[in-house]
Amino acid sequence: MSKNKQAEEPFIPDFDAVDTFLTPWATQAETAWNGQIVTMGVLVSLACGLIGSFIVVRKLALMGDAISHGILPGLALAFIIMQSRALFPMFFGACLAGLLCSLCIEWLQKKSILKPDAALGLTFTTFFAFGVLLISLYGGNAHIDPECLLYGEIGLIPLAENLSIAGIQLGSRPLVSMLVVTVLVIVSIIVFYKQLLVTSFDYTLAKTLGLPVTLIHYGLMLLLALTIVSAFEAVGVILVISMLIFPSVTASFFFTRMPAILVSSLPLSFVYSIGGFFLARWLDCSIAGAMVLVASLCFGLGWVFGPKGGLTWQLLHRLKHPHPSIIERTDQYPIKE
Amino acid sequence: MNGTIHFKKSMRRNIQIKRIGMAWVILSLFTFPLHGEQISAPSDSLLERGYRFLTLSDESVRMVLLGTILMGLSCGIMGSLIVTRRLSLFGDTLSHAVLPGVAVGFLWSHSKDSWAILAGATLAGFLGVALISLLKKTSRIRQDSALGLVLSGFYALGICMLTRIQKMEFGNQSGIDKYLFGQVVGLSSTDLWTMAFSFLLILALSIFLYKEMLVAGFDPEYARSIGLPVDFLQYLLWLILAFAVITSLQIVGVVLVSALLVIPAATATLITDRMRPILIWSGLLGCMAAATGAFVSFLGSQLPTGPIIVLVSASFFLSVLFFHPRNGLLFKWFSSHNRNHRIALENTLKAVYQELESIDFQQDSISVGQLAKRRRASMPQAHREVSALVEKQHATLHADQSDSSASPKPVLISLTPKGWGTACRIVRNHRLWELYLTNEARYAPDHVHDDAEKIEHVLGEETVRRIERILSNPRKDPHGKLIPSQRDIDRGFIS
Repeated sequence: MSKNKQAEEPFIPDFDAVDTFLTPWATQAETAWNGQIVTMGVLVSLACGLIGSFIVVRKLALMGDAISHGILPGLALAFIIMQSRALFPMFFGACLAGLLCSLCIEWLQKKSILKPDAALGLTFTTFFAFGVLLISLYGGNAHIDPECLLYGEIGLIPLAENLSIAGIQLGSRPLVSMLVVTVLVIVSIIVFYKQLLVTSFDYTLAKTLGLPVTLIHYGLMLLLALTIVSAFEAVGVILVISMLIFPSVTASFFFTRMPAILVSSLPLSFVYSIGGFFLARWLDCSIAGAMVLVASLCFGLGWVFGPKGGLTWQLLHRLKHPHPSIIERTDQYPIKE
Repeated sequence: MNGTIHFKKSMRRNIQIKRIGMAWVILSLFTFPLHGEQISAPSDSLLERGYRFLTLSDESVRMVLLGTILMGLSCGIMGSLIVTRRLSLFGDTLSHAVLPGVAVGFLWSHSKDSWAILAGATLAGFLGVALISLLKKTSRIRQDSALGLVLSGFYALGICMLTRIQKMEFGNQSGIDKYLFGQVVGLSSTDLWTMAFSFLLILALSIFLYKEMLVAGFDPEYARSIGLPVDFLQYLLWLILAFAVITSLQIVGVVLVSALLVIPAATATLITDRMRPILIWSGLLGCMAAATGAFVSFLGSQLPTGPIIVLVSASFFLSVLFFHPRNGLLFKWFSSHNRNHRIALENTLKAVYQELESIDFQQDSISVGQLAKRRRASMPQAHREVSALVEKQHATLHADQSDSSASPKPVLISLTPKGWGTACRIVRNHRLWELYLTNEARYAPDHVHDDAEKIEHVLGEETVRRIERILSNPRKDPHGKLIPSQRDIDRGFIS
C-alpha cells in the first residue's frame, strides 16, 4: 500500500520474524497468555466448523448469520434483568433469543407471502436493532462495548474472570464454556451422525425412515445457537458466520465425503488460529479479523488448486477433454420421450 | 430502447416532469444554511424538544431530518428493486463488503468526509458482488454459502484495516468507526450533498430505466431476447445500490443499512403486488420510518437514531402484516376460520342427506348414532356437529317416540327447508362434478371422489348451470346415484 507514504508509520509494518514468531513465547507468563488466545481460536473454529458442515449442506448458511445477530437482545435483556454479567443468565438469554429469531424467520417464511430471503433479512436486522437500542439505553455500565460485539476481542479472553467449581480453578470463563460446547458438539455429532447425515442430504428418505426430522432440525438449531453464543465473545457476531462456512467449503475442494470434511476442520482450525494469531501480531490488528483473513486465504488456495472442482482442475479437465461431453449435448437437445 | 414494449410516451413524460419537480423541491431545501451542531441539549423538556423538532428551528434538526429522509427514500426505492428480485441478502453482503473500501479511501485521503471513501467503498462493494457471481459460475458452492463467504471475508479485511488504522497516529481521532454503527450527529454538509447526489441517481434510475429494470428483473430471458443489455443493467443496479448503501452507512451503520433496504420493500410487497405501487410505497414507508425515527430519537436524550428508525420500520411492517384489510394475517385467519366452519357444516348436512338416502327417504329423520357412524366420528363429536346445525337453523332435534323401551330416548335430527336445500346443493355439486370428470375429462369413476369432495364447497350456481348444460341435465352420477335437481330442493322436506 504505497499510497500511504506521507504517514509517519507505514500501514503495513515491516516484517520482523523474531518479534512475530518468538516474542509471544519469550516468558512463561506470555506463553500462558497467548496460549489461551490460540486455544480459544482453535476451539471456536473447530466447533463452528463441525456444526457449519451440516449447516452448509442444509442450505442454512445465512441462518447462522441471522442467529448470530439475533442473540443480541437476549444478551442485553439478561444483563438488564440480572444486573451482572453472570454466565448462565447471559447464555440462557442469548440462546433463547437466537432460537426465537430462527422461529420467527421460519414462521414468516411459512405464513406470509414474503420471499424467504426477505423474511430472513427483515427478522435478524430487527432483532439486532432492538439489541443495539437496549445496550445503548441500559448498557452504559454494562461494559458491553458495541464494537466488540461486531468484531469480538479474542485478545482479551485471558482477562475474563476465572471460573471455579468446588474450589478447583478451571480457567478463563469464555475458554471453559467454549471447551464444554466444543465437546458437546463433537459428542452429539458422533452419537447422532447417521440421523444428521440422512436428514441433511435426503429429507424425504429421513421422513420415510421415521426419523423425527423436526426434532433433529431444532436440535441442530439449538446446538448452533449454543456454539454462536459461546463463540461470539471471541470473534463477534459477524465473523462467527465465516467460522461456520469457511472450513467446510474449503474442505469441499479437497474431499467430497462428509466424514473427511468433518475431520479436516481440525487441521484447518489449527491453521486459522495460529496463522491468524501471527498475522495479527505482525500487522497489529484485530486477531479475529486476521483469523478470517487466513481462512479466506485457505479458501482462495482451495478454490484455485483444489483437486475436486478447483479452477486449475477445471482448466486441466477442459484441456484433456476439449469436446463437450455427452451429458452437455443432451442438455442442448433434450431427448423426446 | 426497443419498440417491443409499448409505453404511452405522454404519460411517461408527465410522470417524469412530476418527479423532476419533486426532486427540485427537495434540492431547494439545501439552500438552508448547513452547519453541524449538537443535536439536542438534554436539559430541555420533552415538549420543548418536540416543539423544536416540529418547527425545524434548529439547523442541526433540519440537517438530520433531511439526511434521514433522503436515506429513507433512497433505501426504500433501491430496496424494492432488490427485494422483488429475491436479492435481499445481496444488500446485506454489499453493506459489509464496502468496509475495506472505506478503509482504503480513508488511508488515501486521511479524512472521513471525502469522495475517496465513496469511490473506494463503491469499488469494494462492486468487487464483492462480482466475486459472488464468479464463485457461482466456477464452483459448486451454493448461493447462500457464497454470500456468507464474501460477506465475512470482506468484512474481516475491513475490520483488520480499521483496527490497524485506529492504532496508527492519524487514525485515532478519525471517527471512522462511525461506519460500524452510524452516527447521525456527525452529519456534515458534504455528507448531505453526497446523499442528495445518490438520491438523484436512484430517482433517475427508477424513472428513466423503469421498464428496462422491470423486464430485466422479472424475466431476464425475455429481456435478453428483445435485445436489452441485461448484464449491464444488473451491474448498474449494483453500482447504484452501492451508492445508496454507502451514503446510508454513516447514519445507521453496517448491519442496519440492510434493514432499511429490506423492511420497507417487504412491507410494500405485502400491500400491493404491482411494481410501480411497490416502488412508491417502499420509498414512502422508508421516508416515513426515517422521519419518525429521527423525531423519536430527538425526543429521547440518548436514543440512537439508526436502531430507532429500524424499529419504527419494523413496527410498520408488523402492523401491515397483521392488520392489512386484504392480505393481513388477522383477516386471513378470520376468513379461513369462517370457511372451515362452513365446510364442516356442509359436510354434516351431506352426511345427513346420505343417511336419509340410504333408507330411500322413507323417514324424515335420522338418529345421532347413525350420523356418527356415517361421519366416522365419536358420539360427542357428532353431538357437537348437530348442535352447530341447530344453531344455524339447518336442523331441528326431537326425541324418538317410536322406541319406548330405550331409557334415554335417542335424539332424532330433521332437516329444516333451509338445511335440506343446502344439503341437496352440496350433494348435487359433488355428483355433478364426478360426472363431469368421468364424462368430459375421462377420469376413471373410482378416481373422482376426492376431487369432488374438495370442489363441492366452492362451486357457484353459475358454474353448476354450465356443467348441467354441458352434461345435458343428467339424472344420475357415475355411481348410479340420483343427482338432486332444483325440483327436489324446491319440494322441501316436512320437518
